Amino acid sequence: MDWERILTLVAGELFAPTTAAYALAAIGLNIHFGLTGLLNFGQAGFMLLGAYGFAVSTIAGYPIWLAVLVAVACSVIFALILGIPTLKLRGDYLAIVTIAAAEIVRIVGRSTALTDVTGASSGLRGDSYKATFQALSPLGDGSTALGPFSYSNSSSNSWWLRIVGWLLVALACVLVWRLLRSPWGRVLKGIREDEDAVRSLGKNVYSYKMQALVLGGVIGSIAGIIYVLPRAVQPDSMGRPMTFWVWTILLLGGAATVFGPVIGSMVFWAVLMLIKTVMREVVPSTVLRAEQIEQFGWIIVGVTLMLLVIFRPQGMLGDKKELAINVR
Amino acid sequence: MSAETLAALQGVERVPGSLKPDAILVADDVTRHFGGMTAVDVKHLEIQRGTITALIGPNGAGKTTLFNLLTGFDKPNSGTWSFEGRPLAGVPAAKVSRSGMVRTFQLTKALSRMTVMENMRLGATEQPGENLARALVPPIWRPREREITAQAEELLDRFRLLDKKDDFAGSLSGGQRKLLEMARALMSKPTMVMLDEPMAGVNPALTQSLLSHIQALRDQGTTVLFVEHDMHMVRHISDWVAVMAEGRLVAEGPPSTVMTDPAVVDAYLGAHHDTDLGDDSVLSDEVATRLEAEVAAEDEQAERAARLEEKP
Ligand SMILES: Nc1ncnc2c1ncn2[C@@H]1O[C@H](COP(=O)(O)OP(=O)(O)O)[C@@H](O)[C@H]1O
Ligand SMILES: [Mg+2]
Repeated sequence: MDWERILTLVAGELFAPTTAAYALAAIGLNIHFGLTGLLNFGQAGFMLLGAYGFAVSTIAGYPIWLAVLVAVACSVIFALILGIPTLKLRGDYLAIVTIAAAEIVRIVGRSTALTDVTGASSGLRGDSYKATFQALSPLGDGSTALGPFSYSNSSSNSWWLRIVGWLLVALACVLVWRLLRSPWGRVLKGIREDEDAVRSLGKNVYSYKMQALVLGGVIGSIAGIIYVLPRAVQPDSMGRPMTFWVWTILLLGGAATVFGPVIGSMVFWAVLMLIKTVMREVVPSTVLRAEQIEQFGWIIVGVTLMLLVIFRPQGMLGDKKELAINVR
Repeated sequence: MSAETLAALQGVERVPGSLKPDAILVADDVTRHFGGMTAVDVKHLEIQRGTITALIGPNGAGKTTLFNLLTGFDKPNSGTWSFEGRPLAGVPAAKVSRSGMVRTFQLTKALSRMTVMENMRLGATEQPGENLARALVPPIWRPREREITAQAEELLDRFRLLDKKDDFAGSLSGGQRKLLEMARALMSKPTMVMLDEPMAGVNPALTQSLLSHIQALRDQGTTVLFVEHDMHMVRHISDWVAVMAEGRLVAEGPPSTVMTDPAVVDAYLGAHHDTDLGDDSVLSDEVATRLEAEVAAEDEQAERAARLEEKP
């Protein structure tokens, strides 16, 4: 078995752009669920909207800052549409509405009526919207090898995208860290524990929940941009499974912690890569074909999530003591 | 009871819905139906400023529902009410609280996975850091946070919870949670507190100190409206008693005489013939001291048990 190649692939996942994108998405979800207790089952919808907002406006000729702004504005509007009718109701209403709304975004995006704008089900080719981001790169053309890792400097799955992606992750972590320790974060935690108690103390619960929904959604939309920069915008690859993986990552790393989503994303993608590459080496293709191994990897993910929730519900970084109290 | 409040209530008629010389809360025709059942149907109710008013009545009389309505946690089928002259009907709960009328809940709402201190800080008002943008700039909110923390420590000390300040609220006993909830409500320095069964589940000796806190609050000018089942407590600290039965206000009067009101005997004792209508001697100082000693021992025991539990 070629362990060196396998380990290089696995280590490469630890800082891949996709890992950064999922970490960001999970940080957004952490603001919803970990801090505020909002059940958002449509984080992929925020990501897809961000991706569309960025790609479509870039293709229309907008400069990069404006395209990012469009992506952010899309997610803000989406959050308001989701939140206004549901945040006054019990938590489960938001869960149902977000699942449905994310699906609506995907289905509208892939509908043939919008072929000219979103490219319908075949989506938008990466080349059509990557230029502005690449043009910002100070790294120039060509590619660079750092140890066993060799990527292009600026184009597509590049060092440049890795730098920007992980800088954004770091920025989001600082933001969450700061907010978690602020009076604002304290109100959110109170809402997570008992809305009525917080209301009785004079806080406008609805407004706080809305702020959390919007903030987490905006981070989700930026995650969506990072996610599509090394590939294409394909609505069907950003559906319910994506939301499900973001949840897995958050629970794996530990909700309501600063670094949980980041660690969760790194471990998730690295382990998945390990399982897949090892199995490709050991399992003969007569037993499991390559795409079956891919699917088997996801089965392992599902089983892992179940085991996690049963045996370590606080995730890798969560506080066991804090969780134990909730059980009482 | 201070001489002033006593004097103010002296001339008040002892009938349900009687007018008060200086009412802080006035409610009119407040009704709430659940299906075909009328939970609350209060024609007129006035609460005198600066007094401790007890709201009593058998289980299911509608006391909690009335609290929920007055504080914006439930919507009435009809009715108006005003607090310090400002109409409050239809005003959301958070705004009611900000206007100075803060309530606690019959079923305690301690925020379990937050520490006792965090619970207390959440009760404070005018913390600029509760705004999202300003939260990002600690120098803006740190000074206020220090004031809040000092105030919280003082209150926790009074409620004998100071040594628990870094514990999760969920790890407190039921009685301690009641105390925490009351202390937390006081963080905003409310003009009026509405306590729904504040003594339920609280240790007898702590009850004694809780009663003195409530009296101290009144003496500092806060109006207190509280629901209580235990007639001893009611007789012990309230300046005025309002009695509810089957959703309606059936009697009002000073604690010493209201129990003999035929309407109360009828409504109240109709349901519980064996209820002891209270006797002040039960709460004599001597008894209270003994109880306190007992509780200290009990607390120690509970703590030891908790420590054992923590060990895996
Ligand atoms: N949400 C509700 N739905 C239906 N009935 C209710 C509800 N809340 C209270 N009730 C009923 O209203 C009546 C008054 O209840 P409550 O105000 O809790 O009484 P109290 O606090 O005086 O014991 C009771 O008969 C209770 O069953
Ligand atoms: Mg009640």
